[in-house]
Amino acid sequence: MERFEITLDARPAGAARRSTLCGVVASGNLEVLVELGQDPAACTVEVSTSADGFRDIWEAVLADFAERHPAGGLRISINDAGATPAVVSLRLAQAFEDSAGGAA
Amino acid sequence: MSAKRVSYFEASARARVAALVDPGSFTEFCPPAQRRTSPHLAQLDAPVAFDDGVVVGAATVDGKPVLIAAQEGQFNGGAVGEVHGAKIRGLLERAARERPAAVLLLVDSGGVRLHEANAGLIAISEIMRALMAAQAAGVPVFALVGGACGAFGGMGIVTRLCDEVIMSEEGRLGLSGPEVIETVKGVGEFDSRDRSLVWRVTGGKLRRGLGEATRLVDDDASAFRAAAVAALTHHRNAPADLASLKAAQAALTERRATHPDTRDGLEVWRTLGLAQPEAVPMLASDEFNRQLDALATEV
Amino acid sequence: MTASQQWNTLQQGRTRRLERAAALAQGKRVEADQVVALLEAIIEPGDRICIEGNNQKQADFLARAMVQTDPARVRELHLVQSVLSLPEHVDIIERGQVSRIDFSFAGPQSGRLARLVESGRITIGAIHTYLELFGRYFVDLTPQVSLVAAQMADRQGNLYTGPNTEDTPAIVEATAFKGGIVIAQVNEIVDTLPRVDIPADWVDFTVQAPTPHYVEPLFTRDPALITETQVLTAMIAIKGLYAEYGITRLNHGIGFDTAAIELLLPTYATELGLKGKICTHWALNPHPTLIPAIEAGFVQSVHSFGSEVGMEKYVAARPDIFFIGADGSMRSNRAFCQAAGHYACDLFIGSTLQIDLHGNSSTATRGRIAGFGGAPNMGADARGRRHASPAWLKAGREGRGDIAMPRGQKLVAQVVETFREHMAPAFVERLDAWDLAEAAGMDLPPVMIYSEDLTHIITEEGIAHLVRCRSPEEREQAIRGVAGYTPVGMGRDKRAVENLRDRGIVQRPEDLGIDPRLATRDLLAARNVKDLVHASGGLYDPPKKFRNW
Repeated sequence: MERFEITLDARPAGAARRSTLCGVVASGNLEVLVELGQDPAACTVEVSTSADGFRDIWEAVLADFAERHPAGGLRISINDAGATPAVVSLRLAQAFEDSAGGAA
Repeated sequence: MSAKRVSYFEASARARVAALVDPGSFTEFCPPAQRRTSPHLAQLDAPVAFDDGVVVGAATVDGKPVLIAAQEGQFNGGAVGEVHGAKIRGLLERAARERPAAVLLLVDSGGVRLHEANAGLIAISEIMRALMAAQAAGVPVFALVGGACGAFGGMGIVTRLCDEVIMSEEGRLGLSGPEVIETVKGVGEFDSRDRSLVWRVTGGKLRRGLGEATRLVDDDASAFRAAAVAALTHHRNAPADLASLKAAQAALTERRATHPDTRDGLEVWRTLGLAQPEAVPMLASDEFNRQLDALATEV
Repeated sequence: MTASQQWNTLQQGRTRRLERAAALAQGKRVEADQVVALLEAIIEPGDRICIEGNNQKQADFLARAMVQTDPARVRELHLVQSVLSLPEHVDIIERGQVSRIDFSFAGPQSGRLARLVESGRITIGAIHTYLELFGRYFVDLTPQVSLVAAQMADRQGNLYTGPNTEDTPAIVEATAFKGGIVIAQVNEIVDTLPRVDIPADWVDFTVQAPTPHYVEPLFTRDPALITETQVLTAMIAIKGLYAEYGITRLNHGIGFDTAAIELLLPTYATELGLKGKICTHWALNPHPTLIPAIEAGFVQSVHSFGSEVGMEKYVAARPDIFFIGADGSMRSNRAFCQAAGHYACDLFIGSTLQIDLHGNSSTATRGRIAGFGGAPNMGADARGRRHASPAWLKAGREGRGDIAMPRGQKLVAQVVETFREHMAPAFVERLDAWDLAEAAGMDLPPVMIYSEDLTHIITEEGIAHLVRCRSPEEREQAIRGVAGYTPVGMGRDKRAVENLRDRGIVQRPEDLGIDPRLATRDLLAARNVKDLVHASGGLYDPPKKFRNW
């Protein structure tokens, strides 16, 4: 297992966000937990992954996520069981979308 | 296009809960944000899940209050570890106190989580005790079995303790899994790679035919919900007092005599007198239930 | 002139072999326990031998008999056959009875074969495509003895190959008309055949095998195993490629990526209004995953290389779609279907293991000599094509520019996930095929599809219209542009890729109006094998290993 935390600059997500969980910890899959963090201009991501040695790819995937979505103020926690970048990006997008739902 | 069917078999535990309960009625206990993860898996440096593979909470179904637990079959095969087990046990103990209309156990599990050995075994027995305590307090417990891991090992026993067992054909119920039987007794006893045979022996249709499952539905989350709603209105009670336990034992003895040396579900359909035994696996559940009920009325 | 030239040595050789075999047969009929002796009587050292076996039907009983022959008598053979897929095919080599092989595909034996080649115990002539090898049967690799498989023979020796006719006509025709000997293993011997697929006077011996010949259900893809990412790439293919070019005539590979496309035709493609406009005519085996599209009225015609286990009744019940004999069962023919796929289809789309920066692709990896079967025939521009179609002309305009002579181009697409399992990147600077060629002493690296033929790459990152690129540099950036987070993808020039996006050469899902979050398995017209059976009205009878009922 490899664990690390990354803080990304991001546009503010806005107040109307809720905690949500997306995905399942299963081979080739991951779970993404979205919660509210402290700094509205930053998105923190805590990654725990069973695949060692891919930190540079994680950083690239997460940087693209923060660039494409206003994720500022969110605290994201990930349990990963060897998902490909495609699946990671998809789960992040789904979790981001879910975290906006039902908040109004 | 018509509304898309939600496959219960494929749905995650959270998606199953969402499809079963009244919209917006679910409150989760020990939600993922509390991070009650398995200390055993962490010690083994294995991936953990924020909910330890089971979702528990309160909701309403058809307006009636229920407590609900859903195992995530994709996380370690839905296996019961210490935290996972404690969540289910706690839910059942709460049921004994709060007396909801029912407890729904969405079982999807191969049994005890091997990584957690004794803690998992103890958790299973605690679940059984709590389940019977809930029943003794007058709360019926319904098992819903339709996931890829079925209900095996300790969770197979837990399922058989329930008042109602709602299954799809894809769901499976048994004690030892097919691979275990093959490993211990040899491929001649049971070929676990013969998927067709595995489902004909452990699948929901045979379980319904033998009376272990009380309702058989198609692999459709809305069909599981409909069956749960019906069970909330009228349900069977698991044997509890001495007389009913003796009756259940007698029924099992008779079943053994009716189906001696049976190795395949097809033989059971033949013995029961279904018109086309080999056509049974492809029957939709409505038609299957109709044929089975017709037999029951004939007798 | 010296002594009169002999013009019938082949015929004399044939007569000599038949005389040696006469005592072992009753006419053409040979008992199963006489087959080893028959092979020893007929085969001469140095013979070219074809043991029929494609990736589906196998002359497995005759292959087992070959392994029991005396290596002192049956030796120095030259195997000339499509596929080395049975262990026995490699056993014969290990027993020292074979000196050279020419083939197309090694499938499950590719690891053993690689070890034999690297240790110098066998020489590979070449790894062909199917059509290429069949072609050489009629030029310089004509078999002296062919061992083939059929479902039934009658008393005269006519053969019924049924739905799995596959390679048999090509093999038998080459052998029988050039002085060779044809031995057929059959499952049954009957008085009257349903139909005659191979006439008796092309067949020398028939033997009833103790067990029916093996057929591998190679083209069955369980929809339950299709991933969300494959649904996404299928959506990109349908919208960015099929609809864009109006592709009606095509061939699909056998992977899950293309199975996903087949299962999205009745749902996603129908919602896009594409029914009747795409995917009407196919060169394709009867893929079970095509059933929902056929039932939805998408498909008008399918010609097949071979059949598929369990599809027999369904195919027979859809004679408007498939090629069916007067007896009611399907007739397949690998050679004709390969030719159809090459010349008469506008698109080939399949998957691969590796793509390099130029767009060459290969499924070869170090330590495995697998070959490619038919994909290179499908996945190559048909330079001899002379008929036009809108899709072909559009690709030609894009690929060749405004040249004085109008000419089309075949669309050849590879669909891959940027990472395979265990995070192995699909995009690489250098194909493993180079290492394999070096280790095995091959003249050419085994490339499945050459750069110059590849027009499109589809990944979860989007579609690269390579055919629209104007320079090798553009092409490289287009490939990097869909290579995601692989080292090749991370090495892209971001500005150049954005420029390609502006010009419609690289299209992301959002550029095509596709929301990846909607790419769920709910879009599949069938989500498991049982759904396929229901879609077929109960006619599809899947093999046991695909059932969970």
